[in-house]
Amino acid sequence: MSVAPPLLAVEGLTKSYGGIHAVRGVSFSLRAGEILALIGPNGAGKSTCFDMLNGQNRPDTGHVRLLGKDTTGKKPREIWRMGVGRTFQITATFATMTVRENVQVALISHEKQLFNLWGSAPNFDRGEAGRLLELVGMGGYADRPCGELAYGDLKRLELAVALANQPKLLLMDEPTAGMAPRERVELMRLTAQIAREKSIGVLFTEHDMDVVFEHADRIIVLNRGTLIAEGSPAEVRGNPQVQAVYLGEGLLYDAQHREGASA
Amino acid sequence: MAFYVVQFLTGLASAASLFLVASGLSIIFGVTRIVNFAHGAFYMIGAYVAFTLTERLSGAFGFWGGIVVAAFAVALIGVIVEMVLLRRIYHAPELFQLLATFGLTLMVEDLVVLIWGPDDLVGRRAPGFRGAIDFFGQNIPSYDLFLIVLGPVVLGILWLLFQRTRWGVLVRAATQDRDMVAALGVNQKWLFTSVFAVGVFLAALGGALQIPRDAVHHAMDLRIIVEVFVVVVIGGLGSIIGAFVAAVLVSELNAFGILIFPKISIILVFLVMAAVLIVRPWGLFGKPEAPARKTPGLTVNPWRPLTSNERLAALAALVIAATLPLFAGNYALTVGSEIAIFVIFAVSLHFLMSVGGLASFGHAAYFGLGAYGVAFLAKMAGLPMIVCLLLGPLLGCMGAAVFGFFAVQLSGVYFAMLTLAFAQIVWSIAFQWVSVTGGDNGILGVWPSSWAASPSHFYWIALGVAALVTIALRAMVFSPFGYALRATRDSLLRTEAIGINAKRIQWTAFVIAGTTAGIGGALFAYLKGSVFPDNLGISLSVDALVMVLLGGVETVSGAVIGAIVYKALNIWLVSQTDLSKLVLGGFIVLIVVVFPKGIVGMLEMLAQRRKSTSPPGATLLAKPMGSAE
Repeated sequence: MSVAPPLLAVEGLTKSYGGIHAVRGVSFSLRAGEILALIGPNGAGKSTCFDMLNGQNRPDTGHVRLLGKDTTGKKPREIWRMGVGRTFQITATFATMTVRENVQVALISHEKQLFNLWGSAPNFDRGEAGRLLELVGMGGYADRPCGELAYGDLKRLELAVALANQPKLLLMDEPTAGMAPRERVELMRLTAQIAREKSIGVLFTEHDMDVVFEHADRIIVLNRGTLIAEGSPAEVRGNPQVQAVYLGEGLLYDAQHREGASA
Repeated sequence: MAFYVVQFLTGLASAASLFLVASGLSIIFGVTRIVNFAHGAFYMIGAYVAFTLTERLSGAFGFWGGIVVAAFAVALIGVIVEMVLLRRIYHAPELFQLLATFGLTLMVEDLVVLIWGPDDLVGRRAPGFRGAIDFFGQNIPSYDLFLIVLGPVVLGILWLLFQRTRWGVLVRAATQDRDMVAALGVNQKWLFTSVFAVGVFLAALGGALQIPRDAVHHAMDLRIIVEVFVVVVIGGLGSIIGAFVAAVLVSELNAFGILIFPKISIILVFLVMAAVLIVRPWGLFGKPEAPARKTPGLTVNPWRPLTSNERLAALAALVIAATLPLFAGNYALTVGSEIAIFVIFAVSLHFLMSVGGLASFGHAAYFGLGAYGVAFLAKMAGLPMIVCLLLGPLLGCMGAAVFGFFAVQLSGVYFAMLTLAFAQIVWSIAFQWVSVTGGDNGILGVWPSSWAASPSHFYWIALGVAALVTIALRAMVFSPFGYALRATRDSLLRTEAIGINAKRIQWTAFVIAGTTAGIGGALFAYLKGSVFPDNLGISLSVDALVMVLLGGVETVSGAVIGAIVYKALNIWLVSQTDLSKLVLGGFIVLIVVVFPKGIVGMLEMLAQRRKSTSPPGATLLAKPMGSAE
């Protein structure tokens, strides 16, 4: 009897720079509709790990499989075509275009109309673009120039853009970094809601432990490049090794410290 | 064998000057992030001033003293330029910085002719290095040996300067992060000024040291700047050791290229540059550039298609333009045709530059290739005009496909330098390959068929094609492809993350722009009845940039307005003064510093200001101005 492969399966991911092992033999998996948080102190290898999933970095050894298909070593744009949407730690949007146009570009790409020289882009999938913007609560901003948006709204827009290709998996690198506390809660609540409704798997890295413990179904903890714990929020919270890593250094201190650095 | 050794040594000697100029450019770029187009101009002024000084002062001391004093004098000019002009544009977009320093170059070209005359000046031989050394029957000028030694010595001095002095530490720190250096309390103004002075000093010294080898003339600035761009692209912008290695490489390729391809020796350099770009896009010793910084102050209003009223207005303008033959004479019609052709040229560059964010400094190459395409077909194959007009632009298309493929691997200033270098290569081929292109004599007798020969008929054809091209490119701006192109301009990171192959989008845009420019060139060949290397020269490329800039680089229809105003002004200016480059250069500098938004951008701003201050009823009046968008 064959078991359906998990949405995302990471096996033995390893990456070193010179003599430094940034990531060592990390394996985990993610089911559809599940929200998984990747946490760890600074320098734990979260970003390296993340970049190997989204194609910006190639692992030395190990594999990443999406619904059984190997994505290792593929370019970011190829991984996107396989159904992976993503948001960036520092938002990347098209600043001189309107909010709607930002979403329309993603839709144009999704429908492989990029080399269509004669169609009318302003009318391209206008309805679908509007629906995506409504979904993230940006419906009223469609005609605003993207360059004028507040940071929290840019994050929402990124989410709408990431959803344009009807992804199976969302990769969110510090989705709430640089946001006000209330905005954080709202954005993650929204993400969780969309993920459950559409059965999208979400993997996110995060420094704000309130966000992590409130919204993640499951948490994996990295320290010095290796996976030290995995489990439900309650399990991870009670894990002595995790406590040593975090509380030993001072959880609050670390979170605030990082906040100041990234602001 | 001895011959090859001598050829090798000649190459090494040429590398010395090239290295001096290229290292100066690299140092300035490293700290100020400005690619100083005027660097060739400083090199040229260095040569001219050194010529004058060495002629006036006698003896060995007079000669060597003259060279050094010339370099210091030009460095002083550099300081003035930095304080008066560059300080105003350090925070402007890259494109404006490139253009401002290019405007400076144009001004200098006319100024040196005004001061020193148009003739080549042959300088003195260097005292102590007049003779030649016999090497197995081949002569090596002893001055060449001096230069061969000088190159590494200067490299060593620069190394010491940067590693062992406080100033050098600051420069290296500023190269890595100039904002941080400023935050640490270093007086950034004087650091920038001193760095610029050192860079200019090196350029002027390079020029001054050339006088015993080469005649001094008023076109040497462009020749050196193209070579220097090739050097820094190969070696890596910002790296002094890279400048040295690449200067040697390029000089040797030139020295031996003449033996292999005597007619088109520059091909060899191009092939090497292409190879380097594929393997290491940031040069042999360069580092990947950080993404271009966002420019505060320049906000782009989101573009929108014309409303139906605005379409009617545009149509009315076109109809009025079409009535010109009813009342204007033949001269006015010829001018009108030329303006229409330049509208085509300008909108093609606008598509690449404003929509795609790729500022080509060599767009004339594709205009000229279209013109040569027509000339080849008409003169060699004897094809009729309509066929030539349809097929001629294909040469521009092919050129754009080949060069564009390499050019889009890079962005920002590298893209600008590379496109300029490509255009110069095409120009050299047209100039040197006399048996095919006629060289400087061009190809004559490319006359239109009788149905198009009368000035009014030709004007209508040019106007019609210009209208079609403008409409087609405008439609493309608002096509799915146009959106994707604008997306690549705004954020490469995001385009890649939503599945877009940005390089392919940009390459396609490059080919579209090149082909369109080729259409303009094809018409131009018939308008003039002849084709010359100037049709793909640098000054024509700059004309196109100025037209787009003048109209407003951030607007959709600025290029059309810019082309009409600029070309009319230019034709008038050339008939009024011999110093057109001086006036044009000054004009460019003025636009960049005072009117960075261009004509249409200014009108839009005025219209918006009126809209926001006037009562609702009055917006109707402001509307036609806003419609220029």
